[in-house]
Amino acid sequence: MTMLAGIYSLLSASLFVSMDAVDVAFTEASVGAGISTLLMLTTLAITGRSEHPVRHKPLLAFVVVFFTGALLIYATLDMPSYGDVNSAANLHVVQRYINDSFMEIGVDNIVTSVLASYRGFDTFGEVVVIFTAGIGVLALLSFARRPINDSEIDSINDSMHEEYLIVRIVSKILIPFILLFALYVQFHGDFGPGGGFQAGVIFAAAVILYAMLFGMSVARRVINQSFVQLFAAVGVLIYGGVGIVSMLNGGNFLDYDVLSDDPLAGQHLGILLIELGVGIAVAMVVIIIFFNFAERIGLNRARNEQ
Amino acid sequence: MMDMVINISSALCLFLGSFLCLSGGVGIIRFPDFYTRIHAAGVSDTLAASMILIGLMLQNPEVIVILKLLMILLMTLFISPTASHSIAKAAMNSGLQPLLDTEASKDGGKPSLF
Repeated sequence: MTMLAGIYSLLSASLFVSMDAVDVAFTEASVGAGISTLLMLTTLAITGRSEHPVRHKPLLAFVVVFFTGALLIYATLDMPSYGDVNSAANLHVVQRYINDSFMEIGVDNIVTSVLASYRGFDTFGEVVVIFTAGIGVLALLSFARRPINDSEIDSINDSMHEEYLIVRIVSKILIPFILLFALYVQFHGDFGPGGGFQAGVIFAAAVILYAMLFGMSVARRVINQSFVQLFAAVGVLIYGGVGIVSMLNGGNFLDYDVLSDDPLAGQHLGILLIELGVGIAVAMVVIIIFFNFAERIGLNRARNEQ
Repeated sequence: MMDMVINISSALCLFLGSFLCLSGGVGIIRFPDFYTRIHAAGVSDTLAASMILIGLMLQNPEVIVILKLLMILLMTLFISPTASHSIAKAAMNSGLQPLLDTEASKDGGKPSLF
């Protein structure tokens, strides 16, 4: 099931590439085929591989699913055909975006200008949703950790060193490049595929790689949990803060024109700041989620051994 | 003359790369054991990708493009063998035993794990 979900994410990422939507494909590949699959495998490690045998026939569930599926398929019959020139999306807003985006915002990548400026409210909602997911995981899965002790870390290091030698050495070479690539994707969202979401996920992936290979105790020492939790909130705060500053300068909420003397410079500044906020928030939240899931594995293992 | 040599060698590399990709795909389906299948996947991931990248490097004479493709080649050579190694190691740690010679001659070549 997990493997099927991962394959599905990879296939939809390829589908997006074939539709020339490289930004979306990038995000789908990194989040869907990368982090989602990883989190589902972590959950499997916590809960176990097979479910308890079902005692009753799930007939009602089947009927509900069948009707919902039939309604959805009926709804898709009404949709415009693939790439239709006269579809509602292509007629109204897209004309404005394609014609005026460069003059009003001055950013080469129209996807970034739509995401960050024309639809800034929606992106704010997305960041808050991600932050809420992080808080939810913290509320449900975190627990008082026992203090880290050095002898435990040394023993883990000795036992893992022989076994994971190759992957450890290769990852030590590669992790700086992964972090550098995350920074590149973050700041090149204006000119090519990229932006805050992808960059945050790639940054978190580097940290998760380190945590998986070197053990949770070492990782907890290197990456302070309270720092991570603080910065998740700081990311959302940066985004909201840009909106408030725009209001203080006389414009509407998240109106970047008033952030500077020249509207184009204001747009650039606004987009840079909010993408930074998005990147920080996403990276920290994914790290929070992974660390809390992974702590559970250790807890379950200790509980099973008792 | 030099142009022709570069063109032909690039075409050779690309052709070799695609052939290796294809044979890797056939291998994944037809090999009898998990570990041999990892080998087929590793070949197509590492060698075929590298051959195609070298072929592409020879196609385009600009320095900046060659440099970028060289970086991608380096990353591929680092990452793909490590990935194959990790999969094989995970399988070994879970207890999957490789199909050895004696079993194969008794089995008649039937696949051991799906």
